[in-house]
Amino acid sequence: MAARGGIVSRLKKKKVEEVVSAGKRMDGRGLEDYRQIEVKTGVLEKAEGSAEVKIGRSWVMAGVKVGVGSPFEDTPEMGVLMCNAEFTPVAHPTFEPGPPDEESIELARVVDRGLRSAEILDFNKLILIPGKQVYLVYVDLYVLNYDGNLIDTSALAAIAALKKAVMPIYKVKGGEVEPSGEKEPLKVLKEPVAVTMVKIGDALIVDPSADEEEVMDLRLTITVDEEGNICTIQKSGSEGLTMDEIRKAIRIATEKAAANRKLIEGQADA
Amino acid sequence: MSRRKVKNQSKRYDGREPKELRPIRIESGVLPNADGSAYIEMGRNKIVVGVFGPREMHPKRLAMPNTATLRCRYHMAPFSVDPRRSPAPSRRDNEISMVMRYALEPAIFLERYPRSAIDVYAEILEADGGTRTASINAATVALVDAGIPMRDLVSSCAAGKIDDKIILDLGDYEDKEGQADVPVAYMPKLGKVTLLQMDGVLPPDEFEQCVSLAIEGCNQIYQVQLEALKKKYGVVAEEVKE
Repeated sequence: MAARGGIVSRLKKKKVEEVVSAGKRMDGRGLEDYRQIEVKTGVLEKAEGSAEVKIGRSWVMAGVKVGVGSPFEDTPEMGVLMCNAEFTPVAHPTFEPGPPDEESIELARVVDRGLRSAEILDFNKLILIPGKQVYLVYVDLYVLNYDGNLIDTSALAAIAALKKAVMPIYKVKGGEVEPSGEKEPLKVLKEPVAVTMVKIGDALIVDPSADEEEVMDLRLTITVDEEGNICTIQKSGSEGLTMDEIRKAIRIATEKAAANRKLIEGQADA
Repeated sequence: MSRRKVKNQSKRYDGREPKELRPIRIESGVLPNADGSAYIEMGRNKIVVGVFGPREMHPKRLAMPNTATLRCRYHMAPFSVDPRRSPAPSRRDNEISMVMRYALEPAIFLERYPRSAIDVYAEILEADGGTRTASINAATVALVDAGIPMRDLVSSCAAGKIDDKIILDLGDYEDKEGQADVPVAYMPKLGKVTLLQMDGVLPPDEFEQCVSLAIEGCNQIYQVQLEALKKKYGVVAEEVKE
């Protein structure tokens, strides 16, 4: 989101770099601290599952809808999971209505890869007529306010919404698919959590704010499942990383993912 | 090919050793009208990359007063995969275009050309797994061919895991059936990773192994890129000597 605000104020960049190189943040956090995270589930009635997550002032709502349709051509015997992200124009003065841009596509694809790589659903069971009709699980991410780190906010919202989702069950009668009127909870097998860091100067800082994203050199997102396995990595931004920095980022991501996972687990019990 | 058949072999589905690259061939200066260009065959991937610029930015409002803007477009031809794909850019194409830009930008002295644009167009003619890494390899050679000053070359290849083995430079089948795929781009002289993505599931130690192995692959590809450039520019140097 480096270019969000147009041409970066060089003064702001200098200031943020100075503060970070002294081991501090503009908002008083430590380099590896998250802002306050709030997770609420079941916020919508018409969606099969929903969640609202706030990390600091970044605010994302996720809605899960489950339908029936054709499978992907390359996986005819598997259900479909689709993630889509929408940067609504209410989220920031520089967000404009229109077709998805590079950044909203990246956001959706990184969240999507995290869920898919971790195999959070048993896709082999989401089939009605093999090769023809399967369950389609849509996760729509709605960005309502932007203050940095939309990937972590969205990934938490997606998994929280999926965990609470109750899907309509369809039956096959005489080669036709029809709703049975029954509902069952969607079985979520894994809990991948994304941890995003940015590099500013020589420091890696966790959970970047909008100001920090504006001046960052690079951004790295690492998604970790509950067994400590990595399920997605995405680097963006116009700088390079050393192997030592990669190792450090993995350590941070593993720790932070475990801490943030507790927030969705707390929700599941509520 | 069945998965079982592959499992029982010690070698890979195409007969390679685990840490062996596919045959790779790069030719620079293949497009007469481009400022710089390159053609790459990496396995059965066939990709042509053209570079235009530094040239005037259109539309003008996108021009940056202090730097050139690198624009990348990754595009798959309808006949590059089976079944035919729509020529319209997909979400995947858009994301790859973006990560290609991030992989190449750190190597280019963009600040030398304020207000201008450098356009890199990668056309995938045939796809065989690892198109983004092959495109980056060719794009780097094409940028040098265009005479754009660079800090280092960017070399790129993937490592991953299939049947619990860590392997280098995944082919299409390994990409689709494997447990993980880690594409990496690397600046060999500067020692910096400029593309890092992952698909699949890996414990942290195996992920590190994959990155290290991919970097080894990048170092080999770096030599191929140098050869491609020497082949074109080495000849010119000799002509000048006479």
